[in-house]
Amino acid sequence: MLEAVSALDAASFNGFARIEEAGLRGMITLRGDLGSTGVKNAATGVAGVDMPGRREANCVGEKGIAWMSPDELLVLVPYAEAEHAAGVISRALAGEHALVANVSDARAMFYVSGDGAREVLAKLSPADMHPETFRPGQIRRTRLAQVPAGFWMRDTETFEVICFRSVADYVFGLLKNAAQPGSEIGYF
Amino acid sequence: MLILHCPNCGIDADETELAAGGEAHLKRFGPGSGDEEFEDYLFKRENPKGVHFERWRHAAGCGKWFHAARCTTTLEVFGTYSAQTTEPPKEICDKISGKRPGWAWRLFK
Ligand SMILES: [Zn+2]
Repeated sequence: MLEAVSALDAASFNGFARIEEAGLRGMITLRGDLGSTGVKNAATGVAGVDMPGRREANCVGEKGIAWMSPDELLVLVPYAEAEHAAGVISRALAGEHALVANVSDARAMFYVSGDGAREVLAKLSPADMHPETFRPGQIRRTRLAQVPAGFWMRDTETFEVICFRSVADYVFGLLKNAAQPGSEIGYF
Repeated sequence: MLILHCPNCGIDADETELAAGGEAHLKRFGPGSGDEEFEDYLFKRENPKGVHFERWRHAAGCGKWFHAARCTTTLEVFGTYSAQTTEPPKEICDKISGKRPGWAWRLFK
């Protein structure tokens, strides 16, 4: 059996914020009617957190649920549990119009942490990163330079950033460049 | 910079997060229609100087489509609304009437 590896094998960089590839993380795309009890129960049952509202992400450790769009959730579980968890959700929604896909190997995740973390993302994305606008518990899907990405805050100074695995190296490069010592703007 | 409020996720997205989807409220003429109707559906488009209705997609965001009413000369945005409709909502038409009296666009005025 081949051993799974993450896109950049936990590469890291210390600038005015710390950039670190998160390694293997389990991610399940769940599309369906987010108002349905079946979908809510399937997602919360696997992730062990409350159902998020619009643009919210409820995360505890490596588990969580993020609101991706009016009909899409991202369910987070430890990597080793993802295939099993996707099966559990699929079976729970057998009679419903829903889509469940284990996308863990299609994605990469980065941690961006430290005082300057907010500024690093503000340099790369058109999202409003003001501390009063974007806070822990929220998710923002946007772009980082030229590629789609999404992020939420694990705590007041740690962001978890997701992107497609195929652009992981590009995103790592962007984040490193934006965090270069000496390039602080000090806006926030 | 054009900024449109996405009615699906509630974000005020600037145009770098959006993908333009062309003219709004086209009626599809498919099998059983005449050549002229099909040609109109495929190729005939408004090119207004002023009030315009368009489709946009929050491409680097929630990924969903929506409609926008805006002015092509001033870039003023009159409003955005659901993609799942065949005509602009009354409150947006009223708002346009307040700002551009006498406006008309295809079947709407
Ligand atoms: Zn949106």
